[in-house]
Amino acid sequence: MSTTVIRIRGLTRTFRLSTGPVHAVRGIDLTARRGEILGFLGPNGAGKTTTLRMLTTLLPPSGGEAEIAGHDLVRDPAGVRRRIGYVAQSGGLDLTCTGREELVTQGRLHRLDRATARDRAEELAGDLGLTDLLDRPAGTLSGGQRRRLEIALGLVNHPEVLFLDEPTTGLDPGSRAELWQLVGDVRDRHGTTVFLTTHYLDEADALADRVVVVDAGTVVAEGTPTELKRRHAGDPTASLQDAFLAITGRGAPEAPLAV
Amino acid sequence: MNLLTDTGVIFGRALRATLRSRTQLAFAMLQPVLFLALFGPLLTELDLGAGGSSWQVLVPGVLVQLTLLGGSFVGIGLLMDRNTGVLDRIRATPVSPLAPLLGRTLRDVVQLLAQSVVLVLLGLALGLRAPLGGVLLGLLLVGLLAAALSALSHGLAMRVRTVPEFAAVANTAAMPLMLLSGLLLPMTLAPGWLDGASRAVPLRYTVDAVREAFLGHYANGTVAAGVAVTVALAGLGLFAGALAFRRQPA
Ligand SMILES: Nc1ncnc2c1ncn2[C@@H]1O[C@H](COP(=O)(O)OP(=O)(O)OP(=O)(O)O)[C@@H](O)[C@H]1O
Ligand SMILES: [Mg+2]
Repeated sequence: MSTTVIRIRGLTRTFRLSTGPVHAVRGIDLTARRGEILGFLGPNGAGKTTTLRMLTTLLPPSGGEAEIAGHDLVRDPAGVRRRIGYVAQSGGLDLTCTGREELVTQGRLHRLDRATARDRAEELAGDLGLTDLLDRPAGTLSGGQRRRLEIALGLVNHPEVLFLDEPTTGLDPGSRAELWQLVGDVRDRHGTTVFLTTHYLDEADALADRVVVVDAGTVVAEGTPTELKRRHAGDPTASLQDAFLAITGRGAPEAPLAV
Repeated sequence: MNLLTDTGVIFGRALRATLRSRTQLAFAMLQPVLFLALFGPLLTELDLGAGGSSWQVLVPGVLVQLTLLGGSFVGIGLLMDRNTGVLDRIRATPVSPLAPLLGRTLRDVVQLLAQSVVLVLLGLALGLRAPLGGVLLGLLLVGLLAAALSALSHGLAMRVRTVPEFAAVANTAAMPLMLLSGLLLPMTLAPGWLDGASRAVPLRYTVDAVREAFLGHYANGTVAAGVAVTVALAGLGLFAGALAFRRQPA
């Protein structure tokens, strides 16, 4: 049995607009193993969200193929959906709904019966420290609490692969560290593969086993954070920031952390 | 089977959202209530050329107007769900692709029927007299029309990006439909050219049939045409909505 849970070959996506085609993703190849945390890095507009939307079956690819948790993305999107969790860049919370209602609904959409869905909501709330917040409308939660609820929604079906699009954008340093801890815990406890995009290099450095850097819709570098630093900044003790800038050739070395 | 369960789950979610926004519901009712209470009494002495009392003409018109104005804009809720990522979250689950459309449309029909019952009761208090069977047939037609408009509105919400864009299209479509279908006063009062133009508007057939039903006339050409047009409209609306809901091209 192979432990490769994500296998992507030549994935492309072109948006056809009246102003002309936009080649958002020009050809992405990558694989990820079971239990791996993969950091998907790249400047604004690199094609990260577009790639994630394709991998979560929300956007049909223009070309290429991908297999996720043993299911072909194009031929068996329903099989893929059963085995993934997705937290969009925009979050996906209805601020008037309580966490409990959303968690139960999400469970029902994953075809759990009512009682199981209710139990699963309680269980996740316990795991993610949301128990006391479960009956509050999402709009009354702090940014960090909302993020945890969003991730809980992505975990309802015990996914094999969890896709997180910029999970820590807008969080304070404390909440970010908490979220890293949470993502690490999920992986350690359930062997979940986590595919996360981020602009924060320290985040990739702290959390990711492997980093894939994309720019203009293609993979421009790939490796463990240490490898990338050695290869591109010439020094394993350099910051990933230096490596990133060397790879994408953008910005000044003293650019802020969020590229 | 899954489609039914999934539709039920989405329906429940949407219905709970509606029940949470009761003030909004009340405001949606305000306009038709005012029409009945403040405009209705003006008509009681007039001959509207339809036979029966003016209430049998006005109440059906107000019902269809509420359906049109309410139904055209239901898509805004869906557009919000699209922009906040709620719809993506739902569609990244194994849910049947059509359930988000059908569940919401069903909620809209149920809401509209509940509002219609309130309006009919208010009509009764003001002087409306109509046979129960006719009222039920009228509600059936209004429910079908609500399904058509709601599905179309949701389809539109899948094809535009912003609320202003949505509102521009929905308003542009709803206003002429409202004026051309003889909702407040029957088109039998209109000059020939306007009456002719209104025959191109499907809603006219619905409202005429509801009026006939309220008069207790069931087996005539007007009712048959109204039922046929409304059923066709519901089928078409759901079909167009379903097309727009298939996975997005861009
Ligand atoms: N629906 C769309 N229609 C047209 N172009 C699009 C669409 N979605 C994305 N694009 C374009 O595709 C490119 C990649 O966008 P994408 O959102 O994938 O980038 P990203 O790496 O997620 O950026 P960010 O870091 O800002 O979130 C951009 O040039 C964007 O303008
Ligand atoms: Mg993005």
